[in-house]
Amino acid sequence: MKFFLFILLLSFSIPARAVEPDEMLKDPVLEARARDISKDLRCLVCQGQAIDDSNADLARDLRLLVRQRLQAGDTDDQIRQYLKDRYGDFILLNPPVEGKTLPLWLAPLLILGTGLTVAGLFIKKNKTKV
Amino acid sequence: MNKLPLILFVLLVAFLVIPLLKGKDPTVIDSVMIGKAAPALSLPDALKGKKGFSRKDMQGQPAIVNVFASWCLECRTEQAALEKIGKANNIPVYGIDYKDTPEKLAAWLKQYGDPYKAIDADNDGRAAIDWGVYGVPETFFIDGNGIIRYKQVGAVSEDIMKENAP
Repeated sequence: MKFFLFILLLSFSIPARAVEPDEMLKDPVLEARARDISKDLRCLVCQGQAIDDSNADLARDLRLLVRQRLQAGDTDDQIRQYLKDRYGDFILLNPPVEGKTLPLWLAPLLILGTGLTVAGLFIKKNKTKV
Repeated sequence: MNKLPLILFVLLVAFLVIPLLKGKDPTVIDSVMIGKAAPALSLPDALKGKKGFSRKDMQGQPAIVNVFASWCLECRTEQAALEKIGKANNIPVYGIDYKDTPEKLAAWLKQYGDPYKAIDADNDGRAAIDWGVYGVPETFFIDGNGIIRYKQVGAVSEDIMKENAP
């Protein structure tokens, strides 16, 4: 019975959400932009999470900052640049494609290419044997 | 040709193991603020009986800016080191009290020491973001031209300073 009750209660729970209702902007367009930007910003305390779904204090402060800047009329890029100037590329969950990060973007392609070539050679070799 | 997989494997292991052996803390993020001018400060004084400071106060001479809080455990351990470093090099130590209250701060300074020439209060954490701070304690070393030369994430000690002092 207890177990049943537990399951019942569990089914009523809603997943914890990081963006608190009191943080949200009244303007739905601005709020949507804020969510978009937040999903792309790394929480520097938890590091694997975006500030959009982190409960850390700093993440909350950053979310508020993003919203304040939006209200002040900043563009999305200006906000990203502002934070990048202070925390570096690390705060962007999607690192920009530029000289320094090029290996990061090309390495998967290179590895895939190598793998396909090796596999291709292997198959070819085995075919000629038979 | 037969040895190629082995060689590749050894290279891969080296690639993965060498960063581990270096012992660098992966949670420490290199600051991009180094080499840039220290951001302006317009914060209220943290205590009634003690001065606050602004960028003007730091002009013309090197300065240490320590971001701390009374609720931060690690901050307790660096008070003595901050005082010594400041005195030994004749550099004033400024404090930014992060999300704290004057009462707690006053009690904390009494208990663990007060190396600060002046203390500002950053109540909403906005100045910390402006400085690229992501956790307390962090300590900035600023040269006479107001340029940030080094940032220490985590508690300062004299050994760390000897290694990194500009």
